[in-house]
Amino acid sequence: MFSIGPVGFAAPWLLLPLIGLPILWLILRAVPPAPVRRMFPGVALLLGLKEEESQADKTPLWLLLLRILAVAAVIIGFAGPVLNPQNNDGGRGPLLVVMDGTWADARDWSKRIERVEGLLTEASRQGRTVAVTVLTDTAPLETQFQSGDGWLSRLPNLQPKAWQPDSDAVSTWASELGGSFDTIWLSDGVARADRAVAIQALQSRGDLTVLQSPSTLMTLSPPVFVDGVLELTAKRLNTTASVAVIEAHGLDPAGTERVLATANLAFEDGSADAAVQLSLPPELRNRVTRFALQGVRSAGAVSLADDSLKRREIALFAGREDREGLELLSPLHYLSQALALNADLIDGSFGDILLANPDVIVLADVAKVGQSEEQALLDWVAEGGLLLRFAGPRLAASDVSRSVEDPLMPVRLRSGGRSVGGAMSWGEPKALADFAEDSPFFGLGIPQDVTVSAQVMAQPDPNLSERVIASLADGTPLVTRKRLDQGQVVLVHVTANAEWSSLPLSGLFVQMLDRLAVSTKPAQLDEADLAGTRWTPVQVLDAYGIIVPADALAGVTGEMIAETEVAAGLNPGLYEGEDRRLAVNVMRADTPLYPAVWPASVTVQPIEGVSETALKGWLLLAALALFAIDCVASLAVGGRLRGPRAAVVSLAALLLLSVPNHSQAQDLSALDATSEVVLAHIITGNAQIDRVAAAGLVGLSDTLFRRTSIEPANPIAIDLEQDELSFFPFLYWPITPDQRTPSAGAYEKLNRYLRTGGMILFDTRDADTARFGASSPNGRKLQALAAPLDIPALEPIPTDHVLTRTFYLLQDFPGRYLSRDVWVEAAPADAEQADGMPFRNLNDGVTPVVIGGNDWAAAWAVEENGNRMFPVGRGYSGERQREIALRFGVNLIMHVLTGNYKSDQVHVPALLDRLGQ
Amino acid sequence: MSITSPTLRRSAEELAAPYPSLMAGAQKLANTVMMGTHGRRRAGSGEEFWQYRPVSDGDEARMIDWRRSARGDTNFIRQTEWQIAQSVFLWVDDAASMEFSSDKTLTSKAMRARTMALALSILLLKGGERVGLTDAKAPPKTGQLQLMRLAQILSDMKSDNDFGAPSAGGMTPNAHAVFISDFLGDLTPVADALGRAADRGVRGALMQVLDPQEETFPFDGRTIFESMGRSVTHETQKAGDLRDRYLEKLATRKAELAQLAAAAGWQFTTHHTDSAASAGLLWLYTALERG
Repeated sequence: MFSIGPVGFAAPWLLLPLIGLPILWLILRAVPPAPVRRMFPGVALLLGLKEEESQADKTPLWLLLLRILAVAAVIIGFAGPVLNPQNNDGGRGPLLVVMDGTWADARDWSKRIERVEGLLTEASRQGRTVAVTVLTDTAPLETQFQSGDGWLSRLPNLQPKAWQPDSDAVSTWASELGGSFDTIWLSDGVARADRAVAIQALQSRGDLTVLQSPSTLMTLSPPVFVDGVLELTAKRLNTTASVAVIEAHGLDPAGTERVLATANLAFEDGSADAAVQLSLPPELRNRVTRFALQGVRSAGAVSLADDSLKRREIALFAGREDREGLELLSPLHYLSQALALNADLIDGSFGDILLANPDVIVLADVAKVGQSEEQALLDWVAEGGLLLRFAGPRLAASDVSRSVEDPLMPVRLRSGGRSVGGAMSWGEPKALADFAEDSPFFGLGIPQDVTVSAQVMAQPDPNLSERVIASLADGTPLVTRKRLDQGQVVLVHVTANAEWSSLPLSGLFVQMLDRLAVSTKPAQLDEADLAGTRWTPVQVLDAYGIIVPADALAGVTGEMIAETEVAAGLNPGLYEGEDRRLAVNVMRADTPLYPAVWPASVTVQPIEGVSETALKGWLLLAALALFAIDCVASLAVGGRLRGPRAAVVSLAALLLLSVPNHSQAQDLSALDATSEVVLAHIITGNAQIDRVAAAGLVGLSDTLFRRTSIEPANPIAIDLEQDELSFFPFLYWPITPDQRTPSAGAYEKLNRYLRTGGMILFDTRDADTARFGASSPNGRKLQALAAPLDIPALEPIPTDHVLTRTFYLLQDFPGRYLSRDVWVEAAPADAEQADGMPFRNLNDGVTPVVIGGNDWAAAWAVEENGNRMFPVGRGYSGERQREIALRFGVNLIMHVLTGNYKSDQVHVPALLDRLGQ
Repeated sequence: MSITSPTLRRSAEELAAPYPSLMAGAQKLANTVMMGTHGRRRAGSGEEFWQYRPVSDGDEARMIDWRRSARGDTNFIRQTEWQIAQSVFLWVDDAASMEFSSDKTLTSKAMRARTMALALSILLLKGGERVGLTDAKAPPKTGQLQLMRLAQILSDMKSDNDFGAPSAGGMTPNAHAVFISDFLGDLTPVADALGRAADRGVRGALMQVLDPQEETFPFDGRTIFESMGRSVTHETQKAGDLRDRYLEKLATRKAELAQLAAAAGWQFTTHHTDSAASAGLLWLYTALERG
């Protein structure tokens, strides 16, 4: 393919006419635009008239360029230009397409299949035979070269598998291939040591090209317990900084599968893995069935949870069982209370319990165990058990671990222990010191009331400090721990009941137990355990990380599971054994993930490639557009755009250009609003209510004008979405159930308005029948409307509120209805009572909202002729109520406009008094 | 029988086709000008009673209306209103230039001119005047039959000339005349005809019928202007340049026409095809009344 730069041409000889363009230029220049012939009776008058300048006898230059460009675009377009042409002239022989087909391929499998489809199409265009081999195929690998079309129909059947290819099988297959062919290997990009043989074999047959997706691959390792919290580790191939989200899926209490928790994971630049700690309540943790990386469709990004996340088995033993009936004094009472929620407690004799292999054994004030039992206990601890011991009178009195450290004790003990803050001792009961950072309890809050009055004391040994995981404020150890092979022994230096300390009474005790009990090593079955067992798959993962039922799959042996990798016979998934479930994940804790490294002799290309872009269509489209412009331009130059029809065109253009001008209107209303004091109401969209609100404000304005020095202009209706609020000291907002909720921008404006001293009078107009419950539709609407508003705490107007005395002395605030409850901003809790006066100093500013339901606007409303719009009440008392309503309006506006000036008037007598002196 | 009956009938129908529409249009138009009393508003020979006047010297005794005079001491003469039938000569330009109309929705100048002429004829004939054409084809006569003849001639009128010239030959002295044309051609024949009309004491009205495009000249760019008969052409490279001077020339032409008309004691107006025909008709009618 002939190409210039990144553009190739399918039919380059068609470019030859470009030479003709200059000639075309000359011709076009020579030919002026054709004149219009017009019938015109007035021609007799034209005779003898000569135009002053002759302009259009030659084609204008820009029109000429336009035409030349259009013709050039046509010529180049038909020459079939292609951006980034794929020059695949290399191979002629058969083509082998190899796909890894692993779980790592699953994330972009469709893209891979598309690419293979492209390869096959091209191969069949070139008449090459092809073969496609997916290395994870369960059937024995074989390679049939046939026509590309044959393979194309089989492509949709190819699916990735959730495991890696069997290296032996691949090596064998590769070395047994015969003949000469080129190979394109679509790799999943994960390092695999066993590729060398295959690479060599394939290279010996012809060219080997590797296509590899540059997109990042992320995997999730199984969760591990680190001091009671789950630690989740994700690995990836590239090392640029990025973030990922881990989701914990599980069944909620209703039994539907959902995301129970998420954790954000941040990969640092340069590190291939990142870990995040996920602290879940045990109840929630027990529900987790799998962890998955959000948005990654691959089995490698899913980690199934098994029994290792489930509840612990804890065995409790107390040394003193002789005090039957004294439940609260039982050393085990608090323990069983604390642990029963989150763990399974098992009872039984010592020998039986060790056989049951519990996760934790608690010995409360047990000094000595039998000889044989001690050995069994030691073995159990060494295998990962957690032995939790509590001190007590018996332990203190015994000589266990006195001179020589007992293997089942973390520290040596001084004889007798100590008692502080008791009736017969000096000093105060000791509080706990903050937990050290390396302590498993680190981060737990220490309640102030936890004190220790007696404890067993540790002998100061060289290794004492590293064994202390909790201590008292005076530095004496409270909890000590010793690791014993895979397990650990923990001693709490106080009793498990409340005799020696108040620790068991506090929540801290539960949290400490939780941390300790859960921080046992998750039960992981090793090869020896698995040997000879059989496991039935319950759920398996496909390559995309989707759980599919495993009904038809055969069981596997423990030995297979013990092998490190999932393979053709061993799907990742959840397997059921005799007494437990076991998760087999694609990524185990120790499964490495490294980017594949290919020998230098192999060409590695990105999988997407640079796709060919045919430019023909665009060029022809451009030519068409140019010709269209030329049409209009020619008409314009030739004068054909003028005449009777031109009017239609210009009219249409005028219509397009005419845009309603809103800003001018806004300016005018701003002028109106700022030159006088103006009351305003919010437009609700209900025409009747808006009319009443406007009439009400007119009535109130009239009253203010007549009675006070406030002389408001005509009220204005406010559209929250468009109008500026800052001009108005007061907004009246009637609530209708069907009014539109303002936009976020409008709320921002409203909040700014409220914060900067504006006041809104909310009126639910329902006589407050709902008492601000949500039972009236208006009340509900008010709640919905006011939720995003920055409204402070409210209270019903107190009898000494400044609103009751800004102009008139009022105690009722009726509108058309008479309801006592009108709510204003609550006074601060420390508002002082002003001495000598029945008022108190309220908050400095004006209450930003007044909320009520008395339909004030209806009481204030006047018609145009000055008559009252609505009747209020009956007879004289009704008119009295209207008068009070008007007085409330006057007080309200006075309050808005004078701020705290009126409340400051309480000081006037004092000031006068001082002046008199 | 060389012409078969269907052919004859078809051609007859084709011939008659524009005639009813012209006639109907003219009737409709004429109805818009409701006639008042048509009379000369002075005493004269006629049939309608005009007034009684006392006998003065020189009146013949036979002229005395004895019935009226018997009621008093004075003798009265009964006068009738002067109802002399006027002759009105119409000239409607039949040149090709009149066929022009700038838009499909506008009538051609010719159609407008003929409609107005015929409507005027209807009005005049109803008033008992004699109406005819300036050329010898239809000398002035009264009556419905004359209207038919006029309609026939006006609908058939067709000339190959680009611009028309009025013929004043058939005009009788002291008659009235109406010339309807676009007056875009040479003005010499018009001046000629007006001169001769003035010589004979003929008075009347000139009506210039113009298309709106002829008034505005909304052209631009390279244009070849052709007359309707293609006998006159004018090419320009930039029509927009000519607009002002064209309009100036048109105004001069109108002024010239007005001057010619005034010199002959005639009236002149310009009528546009996009304005209402009734206005033009009313002007014509009142112009004749004034004359």
